[in-house]
Amino acid sequence: MIHFDNVSKRYPGGHTGLSNVSFRIEAEEMVFLTGHSGAGKSTLLKMIGLLERSSAGQAHVNGRNLTRLKKRQIPYHRREVGMIFQDHRLLHDRTVFDNVALPLVVAGLGHKEIGRRVRAALDKVGLLHRERAAPIILSGGEQQRVGIARAVVSKPPLLLADEPTGNLDPELSREIMELFIQFNQVGVTLLIASHDIALINRLNKRILTLSAGELVGDNPEETRNAG
Amino acid sequence: MPVKNRLLTGPKIWLQRHAQVALASLGRLAGNHLSSLMTCSVVGIALALPVGLHVMLSNFQSISGAWDSGASISLFLKRKVTDGEAGSLAEKLRLHQRIETIQLITRESALKEFQRLSGYAEALEALDNNPLPALLIVQPKADYTTAETAQRLVRELRLLPEADIVQLDLQWVRRLQAITVIAQRAVVVLATLLGMAVLLIVGNTIRLEIQNRRTEIEITKLIGATNAFIRRPFLYTGFWYGLFGGVIAWLLVAVSITLLSGPIANLATLYQSAFDLSSLDFSTVFTLLLGSAMLGLVGSWLAVGRHLSSIEPS
Repeated sequence: MIHFDNVSKRYPGGHTGLSNVSFRIEAEEMVFLTGHSGAGKSTLLKMIGLLERSSAGQAHVNGRNLTRLKKRQIPYHRREVGMIFQDHRLLHDRTVFDNVALPLVVAGLGHKEIGRRVRAALDKVGLLHRERAAPIILSGGEQQRVGIARAVVSKPPLLLADEPTGNLDPELSREIMELFIQFNQVGVTLLIASHDIALINRLNKRILTLSAGELVGDNPEETRNAG
Repeated sequence: MPVKNRLLTGPKIWLQRHAQVALASLGRLAGNHLSSLMTCSVVGIALALPVGLHVMLSNFQSISGAWDSGASISLFLKRKVTDGEAGSLAEKLRLHQRIETIQLITRESALKEFQRLSGYAEALEALDNNPLPALLIVQPKADYTTAETAQRLVRELRLLPEADIVQLDLQWVRRLQAITVIAQRAVVVLATLLGMAVLLIVGNTIRLEIQNRRTEIEITKLIGATNAFIRRPFLYTGFWYGLFGGVIAWLLVAVSITLLSGPIANLATLYQSAFDLSSLDFSTVFTLLLGSAMLGLVGSWLAVGRHLSSIEPS
């Protein structure tokens, strides 16, 4: 699903975001990405969603060579990558329903189909009763679940989450992770950046560790189970 | 499986989406009705000026066209031609294919008129014979009233053995026509300048709108919106600004004409003319609305092209 081969990102001015990162994530895997702030977690996720482009190396996502993707093809790539952010990135002048419907509107689905799928997604995250609400009146945890519903509504094969539980208390964080596990069980590949080590360790999944832009650790679940 | 593969893109869905976006941008304009009204009014006032001048000019041309056909030829006969001969010449010329009417002023009547109007009645009485020639006022047919054809008729009349002096004073008609051409050119120049102003007004308004909706654009791009999708509501907004600006221009011109028509009809009766100020005709209104909508569209296109590509999610 994701294949990075010696990928580097250098910013103008000499700052290095990533240097020579290589890894492979298979379809239907659930992987955590961890490391200190500034280690390059966000940069890596942004490169997968093509919010940033690599300076060197080869990156393949979902069968696409990202280094060769033309600018006008980027939207079609993003429709196949659901992205979840710490700050939710919701549109505050629209209802919960309209926020979740946006990816389907963008993709040009019919009115009925949109209604059906949005309700299914909201039901999945437990917010069906709030579909007419404005995002601003929802709690942080609820807003994050709206963001998740929006990311999964078009059923992308890959979900990326950047610190999805960063602002949430442990109880809500656990609920969000529970949702992610459910998506993974129906075949969605997940890559979740988080520095909540305690939570990640409990879930017993593969962990990629970044430090200063370099990949310093790749712990498959089996090895940790053994150790 | 990605959504793309299951997507329905028939012409019906395409039309439905365009209608939705058009209505949504209309709704957004209605939402900020005060600022929308102000933008549309600026567009309307800018367009009303050249349109109003155009209407005034075409009215003026219809009057001056009537003056044009009033250009008549004065045919002074030689003094040896008697009133009787003049009368038979007039009869003969009446049958001429290029002549509409002939008015005969005999030597006799010319003398009487001169005596009456000049104040030299007594001096004239002292003369033995009448010094005034007979005069035929020739009115060419409507098809022959242009400067050129009238001139040809003048040359023909000069060949008559009875003719002494043949005069056609078209100089003032020609000057008027030249002035009209200048005025038309001025309206075109003004319309071009104000059209450019409309482009800038709409472009600038759309630019501000893009700035205000920056976050929304970023998020929409983030979830896979194409540039065309993001561009569309702004283009429709520009289209509506232009169209409503055109409607406002139409109203302004129509109201101005209504306000002017009373005094002008009054003036026309003083000149014994039944001139009626004509308002905007269908084709002018159609051109105005189409043109203003296109100006709005192009104005927003320019702004969108420049500013949308610079907004990328981070």
